Amino acid sequence: MTAGSTELQVNNQEYSVVELDGNDQTEQYLTFALAGEYYGVDILRVQEIKGWIPVTHIPNTPVYIQGVLNLRGSIVPIVDMRLRFNMKREEYTPLTVIIVLSVKSEIHERIVGIVVDAVSDVVDVQNDGIKPAPNFGGAVSTEYISGLASVNEQMIMLLNIDKMLATDDESEVLPDKNDPEK
Amino acid sequence: MTVDMSQFLETFYEESFEGLDIMESSLLNLDAGAADEEVINNIFRAAHSIKGGSGTFGLDAVASFTHVLETLLDEMRDGRREVTGEAVNLLLQSVDCLRGMLSALRSESELDQENIDALHSELEDMLHGGAGDVSVSEKVEDTNTGSASDGSGWQIFFRPLSHMLLSGNDPVRMLKELRELGELSVEVDTSTLPVLSELIPEESYLAWNMILTGAASRELVDEVFAWVDGDCELIINPIEKQADIAEAAENNNDDGVRGELLNDRRMESSDRRKSDRRSASASAGESTSIRVGIDKVDSVINLVGELVITQSMLGTLGEDFDMSKIKHLTDGLSQLERNTRELQEEVMRMRMLPISFTFSRFPRMVHDVSQKLGKKIELQLLGEQTELDKTVIEKIGDPLVHLVRNSLDHGIEAPADRLAAGKPETGILLLNAFHRGGNIVIEVKDDGNGLNTKKILSKAIERGLVSADANMSDEEINALIFLPGFSTADVVSDVSGRGVGMDVVRSNIHSLGGTVSVESKPGVGSTFTVKLPLTLAILDGQTVSVGNEVYIVPLVSIIESMQVKAEMLNYVAGKGEVFRLRDEYLPIIRLHEAFGVESKVMEITEGLLVVVETEGKHVGLFVDELLGQQQVVIKSLEENYKKVEGISGATILGDGSVALIMDIPGLIRLSSIQPDLRQSA
Repeated sequence: MTAGSTELQVNNQEYSVVELDGNDQTEQYLTFALAGEYYGVDILRVQEIKGWIPVTHIPNTPVYIQGVLNLRGSIVPIVDMRLRFNMKREEYTPLTVIIVLSVKSEIHERIVGIVVDAVSDVVDVQNDGIKPAPNFGGAVSTEYISGLASVNEQMIMLLNIDKMLATDDESEVLPDKNDPEK
Repeated sequence: MTVDMSQFLETFYEESFEGLDIMESSLLNLDAGAADEEVINNIFRAAHSIKGGSGTFGLDAVASFTHVLETLLDEMRDGRREVTGEAVNLLLQSVDCLRGMLSALRSESELDQENIDALHSELEDMLHGGAGDVSVSEKVEDTNTGSASDGSGWQIFFRPLSHMLLSGNDPVRMLKELRELGELSVEVDTSTLPVLSELIPEESYLAWNMILTGAASRELVDEVFAWVDGDCELIINPIEKQADIAEAAENNNDDGVRGELLNDRRMESSDRRKSDRRSASASAGESTSIRVGIDKVDSVINLVGELVITQSMLGTLGEDFDMSKIKHLTDGLSQLERNTRELQEEVMRMRMLPISFTFSRFPRMVHDVSQKLGKKIELQLLGEQTELDKTVIEKIGDPLVHLVRNSLDHGIEAPADRLAAGKPETGILLLNAFHRGGNIVIEVKDDGNGLNTKKILSKAIERGLVSADANMSDEEINALIFLPGFSTADVVSDVSGRGVGMDVVRSNIHSLGGTVSVESKPGVGSTFTVKLPLTLAILDGQTVSVGNEVYIVPLVSIIESMQVKAEMLNYVAGKGEVFRLRDEYLPIIRLHEAFGVESKVMEITEGLLVVVETEGKHVGLFVDELLGQQQVVIKSLEENYKKVEGISGATILGDGSVALIMDIPGLIRLSSIQPDLRQSA
């Protein structure tokens, strides 16, 4: 028993060290460009980044669902972020990339790919440097923005991907009539 | 010394449920009246293990309940009590009750104390009354053994079999436990100890002669050795010969049984382990794990080995390849193909379980239901070893229960009616499973009255399911019973007849990719035939192209493919296109419209029509081209996205791209809504 309790103490100490660290923690975000603006997603959610390749179209789904892709045996839906945020559709270029993210919901974890104009950087953001998002008239509803961060004079909108890519959400948020192309 | 027992608790529950399954099936075998000793032994052993385990884990309610049960079984085993139908029924109820108790304890919910007490006293009543005088005197002994032989003790000889240490039992611990029961003197018998060079440290060579003095009861002493039962030679005798005569009688009795059992227990322990393993997978119903025979795993490993060899061969070939080696390459590739196919088959085989896991619940059900209904029914099972996918096995249970209940309730007549109809009193219900053309077919067949077509039709008209002047064949009428909200039972019983049965059966079977149909002859009986795919993971598909997209049509639903001529086409105003195939007019679904794909082929005559059948409906699917037939691995769209109407899943083609698999019933639903949507858009 004595051996066990010493072990426990050691563990406690280690644990408290980690907690101390967390007070002014920095987190890393992957930033990407979309219509000249910069957005960030938690880098721990990023599974991989890959170039644009043609996808298989799925019938009768919202426009921003580009289709599905085979990602090492898993069928992964691909969301075009420009269309998701009601922006103008752009032709895909060699810079266009798919960021593969893991999205968590109450039920389970899903893998979703998002199409963005280009990835830019991985940045360190201090937790206390994140400002709440004001209700500005930007393209992205503040609902999906967890905060704003400023890195090298550049404003980055940090996205709440779990909310943004929830499947049950899509029909209400983006009725087809709002599509700018129409 | 205390050991944390909670970690073994789950194992105990699992083993106990297995034990209960064994008890139940054995009890049903006893039904005939002639008591087979081996069967009773089986039941007794299962009850005994549950009692021992529950005592160890401090589940006193279970332990005391099982104790009475065990006493009753013990009397049966010794032939002191006759195996009556009444007793078997009571025992079956007790098994249910125990199952309830254990599940309640497992989920930490309330015990159904009322039921337990009622059964407990019923068991006690049976134990006291009705039996021979022996059991009465035994009852007296029972109280005696409880208070133990005053001041006397026990002489114990204990020799672990050489493998006992491997089972994790420590003799030293048992000796310590004995010491707690009273004053213990121990003598070690080292006669079988080999010389050091031949000694295997994992085996046990020792034996102990012990004398335990004190007021310990026989039960307490037995409990110490409860875990090594069958793994040792054990002789326990009371020291005091002048002890109560009744007690001596009991001990002798018990020892006699024990002595007998020593040998056959040892032999049986291996049998039992085998049967445990088999029955174990039965309880795997809800769990997500699967028990796979080691031979299956080994053969997969072998195949993987071959695959690796082929891969390295092809790798070497690729390092400096020129056209002169093309023959080696094609050889290598065909070897690769063979390896993958074999591997695929083996891996699929791992998921296969015999259908007996589903069938095993029916003997009990038929027994209970036929008693309740006062009918005489014999259940016959055929093809129990037919293997099918684990997922299918799990999901086919409920629909089959429905079908069986339906046959018991509505199909087979009461004995008097049967005799009046010139049929034997006992009705026969046959469950038959077999393979047919890449499918599993399960038949539920009874020799009852058959479906009453007149009654079905009048009911259907009454419910407004068909129009009163409908001219229908018997088969069409019989198919009506699968419609929602249909039941013809005159009396709504708690067995079936609530009118939720058949349509649920059909939709459950459809969700497994199967079909159900009924055949019936008035007065002769009816047969329900369930057809299921062998596996849910792989599908034979026809690849078709529409525009730039490739889709998979399940091969089972395709009847034929054809190019139609203009004169075969007709247009129904506002309803779309139909075409004439032999004497039928079939609606056409344009896939490019249904799926919103741009296609260059717009004229029906330029493309192809794939005629598909589902739920008795025939439809022509208009596609650009047929590409080929292939086996496809079904991948879920829901895993990362969600269900899409008209699509049952996706697969990955040879070039790594994704193709969607069509869900034909869903597609028909989709296209029947679609025109209105298009108009309003």
